Formats: sequence, structure tokens, C-alpha cells
Amino acid sequence: MAKYLLLKHYRGNPEPVPGTDVPMDRWTPDEVTAHMAFMGRVIDDLEQRGEFVDAQALSPRGDFVRYDGEGRPPVTDGPFAETKDLVAGWIVIDVDSRERAHEAAAYLSSAPGPGGRPLHEWIEVRPFLSDSSEVTG
Amino acid sequence: MSEPPRPDRSRDEALRDLGPQVLGVLVRRGADFATAEDAVQEALLEAVRRWDAPGAGPPSDPKGWLVTVAWRKFVDMRRSASSRAQREIRVTLEPPPGPTEQSDDTLLLLSRCCHPSLTPGSSVALTLRAVGGLTTAQIARAFLVPEPTMAQRISRAKKTVAGERFGQPGDARAVLRVLYLIFNEGFTGAPAGGRPDGVDLAAEAIRLTRQLVAAVPDDAEATGLLALMLLHHARRAARTTATGELVPLDRQDRALWDTAAVAEGVALLQGALARDRLGPYQAQAAIAALHDDAARADETDWPQILEWYDELARLEPRNQVVALNRAVAVGHVDGPLAGLRLLEGLPDDLPRRDATAAYLHEQAGDLGVAARLYAEAAGVATSTAERAHLTRQAARVRQLGG
Repeated sequence: MAKYLLLKHYRGNPEPVPGTDVPMDRWTPDEVTAHMAFMGRVIDDLEQRGEFVDAQALSPRGDFVRYDGEGRPPVTDGPFAETKDLVAGWIVIDVDSRERAHEAAAYLSSAPGPGGRPLHEWIEVRPFLSDSSEVTG
Repeated sequence: MSEPPRPDRSRDEALRDLGPQVLGVLVRRGADFATAEDAVQEALLEAVRRWDAPGAGPPSDPKGWLVTVAWRKFVDMRRSASSRAQREIRVTLEPPPGPTEQSDDTLLLLSRCCHPSLTPGSSVALTLRAVGGLTTAQIARAFLVPEPTMAQRISRAKKTVAGERFGQPGDARAVLRVLYLIFNEGFTGAPAGGRPDGVDLAAEAIRLTRQLVAAVPDDAEATGLLALMLLHHARRAARTTATGELVPLDRQDRALWDTAAVAEGVALLQGALARDRLGPYQAQAAIAALHDDAARADETDWPQILEWYDELARLEPRNQVVALNRAVAVGHVDGPLAGLRLLEGLPDDLPRRDATAAYLHEQAGDLGVAARLYAEAAGVATSTAERAHLTRQAARVRQLGG
């Protein structure tokens, strides 16, 4: 088994499929509800399969913070309205294969948008580095 | 004044051993595996409740008690499932008399937990629970997933197995593969053994493989796998520093190796090889034994190791990892350039190909290329310890190169 991070981005994705990049606040309330219900079903499905590890959504607003020397307060910067890459949230799964991780990501990407049509949203799939290493030698 | 009841460690350990034994008895009597597993879990809970009650204690025959209670629960479960099933149970599943054969039961349970219809991950989880006697919570912690996820994984696995037919008890190869996977999971820099409730998966795999070998003492590959595990486990204390950094074989402090484990592994391997039924686990164990046999890294008998890699490559001609490790042995016997030539035929995306090439280039004195390849290998490493190790290797070789 291996863990994968399925990342949703507010920004920083490859080109969207034409006609699918309508902002959510322009959808009908029912379309928003249907989308959210689908996301809940994705989590339920992963739990049922024994693959779910974690899911979190992130606020788009955040600060950059860094150390500024002993005894000095941290330096903050941002928030930046135009940051190129902005993570919206994630699901962590523990699955048998990379193929299965891709399948789960594709299902997530099929979430309904305007008119109930699949959003075809890009999902970034990142393998976790494990803390074990295989037997060699 | 009476002592308040408290969790009893020896009691818990005894129950952990008894659970799989009782499950084996039920399955041998003809109970379906999935329902029997549920029934045994309930019987174990009842045992804790009853035996902890004031004035009570464990019965004189705990296993007999558990078998009786688990069987009753199994019949109740089937009865509530359907009245037709109830008739079936009455007719076909009256407990036969006779002594129990623990080792046969172990084999019976392993064959169900490692059924080919299951994914490797499901087999591993089910084996640890049904044969290892671990709790779902312990298994969940060992694999860093939430407990409900692990409960669901085990439950699905039981359902999958419930619909399968079983031929000969124990498809031995599938069972060995699952035990090997459990060992590999536990072969980490940071064993969970440090935590009181942690599970040492490598030790657990060895314990289960010992049970298997007791059940099939004539199976040379089962014995070979146990030898392989022991010969690797022997080096555990030397494999990592106190801060968790990987120490490669040629730099390990060999005084830290567990000589008793090495001796046992070598004796098991010799017994297996004497059966003249060579397989991949025995060949790998032979390679591990030759490494363990060298008092210093530069005393390693590489020509003999290469002979075993030749055997292994003959047994598993399509295994690219074997081909990669064989190239290292060739590098030691015929020189690093000969090893590098072998790498040319292997796919670029083969895990650890860059790390192996870096090592051989370093041996050949080509430090610039070695440093670049170590850095590239670090970039595609699959574990944090390995990435840190390869990054340090790159830095070390860069310094050597000036």
C-alpha cells in the first residue's frame, strides 16, 4: 500500500477543459449543492474501500511567514491576490497501486458542475515519501 | 482490600495468541471464515469482560472456554442470518470430537487470508488480524491510517474471501509473498517497537513465518523465507544511526549484528538447501548469509554472492531488481565498468537504477558523474531516509571530487 495526496488547486492548474471554468458563484444553488454532495460521496466511497486517510479544505487567504533572527518577531508577507499556484484542499488516500490513485483522482475530477456536467477539474497526484525502505542486498 | 481490575498485559498477550487458534478450530469445523472471525472477536471481548469481573478469573482451560463461546456466537450469528443457514449448521457443522492440530489450523487461516482474489494490502491487513491476533487499532497505527479505514479494509477482505472457493489448504507461494510484504513494511529505520502499543511488523512477520514453517516443515521455500528474514533482521541495530539515518551495509558496525539470529538463519538455510528444491527466497537468503558471514566489508565473498545472483536471475529472469542488484555484484567481481555495462540494458525508470549507477561510477573513480547521479537518485527516492542518505552521498562525493 502507498499513500497519495490528491490536491485540488484554486489556481495553478493546466488549461481547463473548454467551458468548464465557470466560477462556482455563477452556478445555481442546486448545482453547488449537488457538487458538495458528490464530494461527500467521494469521501464515503474511499472510506468504504478502506482507502481513506484524510481530507481537508484550505482557505484561499493565508500569509507568508519567515524567521527574522533571534529575539525578533517573524516577518510576514502577503496575502498575494495573484499567487500563481494556490492549493484549495486535499484528500490523502492509502491504495494498492499508482493506477488506483489515478482512478480515484479521476473520479474526484468527475464532480458535477454547471448543468450537472462533469467539471473535468485537474487533480494533482503526489506520492508520499514513505518512512520504510525495502530490503536490499 | 481487593485490587481494582486493570488491564493485564500477560492476559492480553495470552488472548492474542488464543484468538487465531480458536478461529482455526472454528474454520476447520467448517465455519465460514468471515462469520467465524466476527464470532471470535466477540468471544475475546466477552472473555475480557467475564474474566475481569470481581471474584472471577480465567477458566482452567481458556482455549476450551473460548472455543465454546465463539462457537455459540457463530451459531447465533448464522441463525439470525437465515433459518435455512441454521438447518445447515445443525446438519453439517456439529463440532467433531478430537484433538486440535494447531499447525494445520495456521495453514488453513493463512490460505484464506492470502487468497489470490485479495489485493496485497488487504491480505496483509487480514493476516495480521486473523492469524497475528492484532487488533484493528494496532494494525491501523502500524500503517498510519484511521482505524475506521482499517476496519473497513479488513471487513471488505473478509467479504471477498467469503465468496471464494478453496482448493488445497494453502497456496504456499501467495502466503510467502504476503509474509514477505509484512516483513518489508517492518524493515524500517524506526521500528514501532519503541512505543508500548506499537507493533513491530518485522518481528510479527518472523513470528508468523515461524508458525508457517512449523506447519510445513518440508517446504524449502518457507524455511528459506524465514532464514532470509532472520539474516536481514540480524542487522537491524546497525542499519540506522540513533537519529534514524540509513547506514549502508559496507559501513555498518558489524559488532552490532545479532549473531544468534545469523546462526539460526544459516542453520535454517542449510536445512532448506539440503532439500534440493531451490527457490528465490533460499537464493536471497544465501546472499544475505554471505554478507553476514564477512567480519569486515572488504572480506565479503563477492564471487560466491555473484554465483547466487546468477541462480536468482535464472529463477526470476524477468525480475529487474534482481538484475540491478546482480550488476553491483558484477561490479565487485569484474570491476565497476562491467557492472555499468549491465545497467545499460535496464529501464531508466527502474527504482534505484540511478543510485546503483552512482555507486558504480564512484567505484570507477568517476566522481563528477557519481555525484550528479546520487543527486538525481535522491530526487526520485521513495522514502525520506533513502532520500537523505543519497543526498549525503552526493555531498560526500562532491567534496571528494574537490
